[in-house]
Amino acid sequence: MYKYNDFDENFVRERVAQFRGQVERRIDGSLTEDEFKPLRLMNGLYLQLHAYMLRVAVPYGTLNSKQMDMLAHLAETYDKGYGHFTTRQNIQYNWPELRDVPDMLSDLADVEMHAIQTSGNTIRNVTADHFAGAAADEVADPRPVAELLRQWSTDHPEFQFLPRKFKLAVTGAAADRAVIKAHDIGIRILERDGVRGYEVLVGGGLGRTPMIGKVLHDFLPEADLLPFIEATVSVWNRLGRRDNKYKARIKITVHEHGIDEIRRLVDERFAEIRPTFNGVDQEILRSIEAQFAAPEFKSASTDGFEAARLANPAFRSWTDTNLTAHRAEGYAIVSISIKKHGDTPGDATADQMRVMADLARKYGHDELRISHEQNVILPHVHKSDLMDIYQILRVAGLATANIGLVSDIIACPGMDYCALATARSIPIAQQIATRFDELKLEHDIGELKIKISGCINACGHHHVGHIGILGLDRAGVENYQITLGGDHTETAAIGERAGPGFSADDIVPAIERLVVGYMDLRDNDDETFIQTYRRLGAAPFKDILYPKEKADAA
Amino acid sequence: MARAFTPKVITSNLLIEGDAVWFTAEDTWSGDITDAEFLTDEAHADLRLLEANAQKNVMVGAYLADAKLGENGPEATHFREEFRTRGPSNYAHGKQVEQV
Repeated sequence: MYKYNDFDENFVRERVAQFRGQVERRIDGSLTEDEFKPLRLMNGLYLQLHAYMLRVAVPYGTLNSKQMDMLAHLAETYDKGYGHFTTRQNIQYNWPELRDVPDMLSDLADVEMHAIQTSGNTIRNVTADHFAGAAADEVADPRPVAELLRQWSTDHPEFQFLPRKFKLAVTGAAADRAVIKAHDIGIRILERDGVRGYEVLVGGGLGRTPMIGKVLHDFLPEADLLPFIEATVSVWNRLGRRDNKYKARIKITVHEHGIDEIRRLVDERFAEIRPTFNGVDQEILRSIEAQFAAPEFKSASTDGFEAARLANPAFRSWTDTNLTAHRAEGYAIVSISIKKHGDTPGDATADQMRVMADLARKYGHDELRISHEQNVILPHVHKSDLMDIYQILRVAGLATANIGLVSDIIACPGMDYCALATARSIPIAQQIATRFDELKLEHDIGELKIKISGCINACGHHHVGHIGILGLDRAGVENYQITLGGDHTETAAIGERAGPGFSADDIVPAIERLVVGYMDLRDNDDETFIQTYRRLGAAPFKDILYPKEKADAA
Repeated sequence: MARAFTPKVITSNLLIEGDAVWFTAEDTWSGDITDAEFLTDEAHADLRLLEANAQKNVMVGAYLADAKLGENGPEATHFREEFRTRGPSNYAHGKQVEQV
């Protein structure tokens, strides 16, 4: 993992001290709210419906046990004993008081963490594949590139007042687990004839106008990455629509000017700034890469694991859903579900965080990841340790065997917390998960991604859910629109709106009807929801959702 | 024609705690919406909003929110404002427990 150098350490400490002074001046009245608001947002502090909310960056979703322990400490000391893992691999605290926030940031600085650029019109936390460095299908670990981008973008003088926020995601595998096509810039590390380069996508995004990213460069030489990304952000910084915040994101700029014109402008700007990059960035990248060297994997027998699987059906079920192939022999990637049926997606208590930190320390080479699907990952676990881990997780309420299934739902905080929300999302997620648990159909249904957003901004990624749910305010009542056929992977697609929305009471029965109906439509038990949808199109699914209308039309 | 004025209360969040509060007829802030001054006249409501906003070192972002008169005083009419009087639905946190 990356270790702060003196520069990082001093920079973060200085920011904490600055913010402490700013909070003091706000409280004593020397700063007005208008003056203070941009300062608090620069440090990740929002004012929400019931309280302040602090968004802490988890760079590219990577944590060590000490950092996870500190997140638990923050939850317990300054909040109500829990934290909420977000779809951008961050963590949010829902109940801090203003005067405590500088202390929270100071505690975070003790473990090389911060909340800088988790808000505002800046380059936000760079996200990455949550299986980075562990996945069997990876060309290269994307985190060194993500860390390089983080260093480059933090306090970058040209990019502190962008037209709007800007989000980057990096993956090192062909299978996209970082939703790179729905980011302002998505980067995929490739190898061609033994030479490493990058595919650069631009102009993806969800929100009010969802767009799939377009290829800006199909094979960018490694040494050109930083100047090329800088040129791209620079072009948008000049062209971006500052007159209308709904048209300010780069996806609109790309849409309005066309990808060819954007490419031409980026190339032009790139030619100007490329000579100013003298190779220091590549030296830094090499030193970062060294810090992300793989841990020393052990060799041990996995016979006990196989025997335990045969002997214990619950353990077998958990290993069937919650494990992913690891690149090292005898190892597995463990996804810890933060989606226990009926609980809030992404919420972990301080005790649960400590349990996960302990597991990482004892069994997981001290590494943890936060996934954009709001789960926690132990990326490097030897299979011989899985039974021990499973038993510890069970006691902590963390052994739900539902990764990738109907109850592994992404949900934004929605109107239970968020000031921007137009409807609640958490209770809908809780009810859907509880209902399918009662039906005992979850494992028969198979892979299915339900994603819920409580407003058009789409933090819950509803556009790319196989089933997306968008909560809206329709004439003062919560209303839920369903989209179908979205896809968040390398075959990314924006879901299609199914039809009129459903009330809060009707949405869960509608989802049940839809999913049970899919089971009748599928060719065989192995055909997933999205495959059936692609084979048959939207029509049969709409018929299931709106049976009455069909009868009326007849 | 301008839209008819509907009754309002003034609400904001406390500067330190961030807690949702309502502006009373005594120029104080209460955590209970039923203590709020019920505003039925548009000109008076605008004036009171100015007065509320003068307390900028106590609270943040005062605004007028639709309300109706209930048994114990003003009540929220929109679900968003109703949630602010209670707290989140996924945990017994916030006003729903603090005020018991």
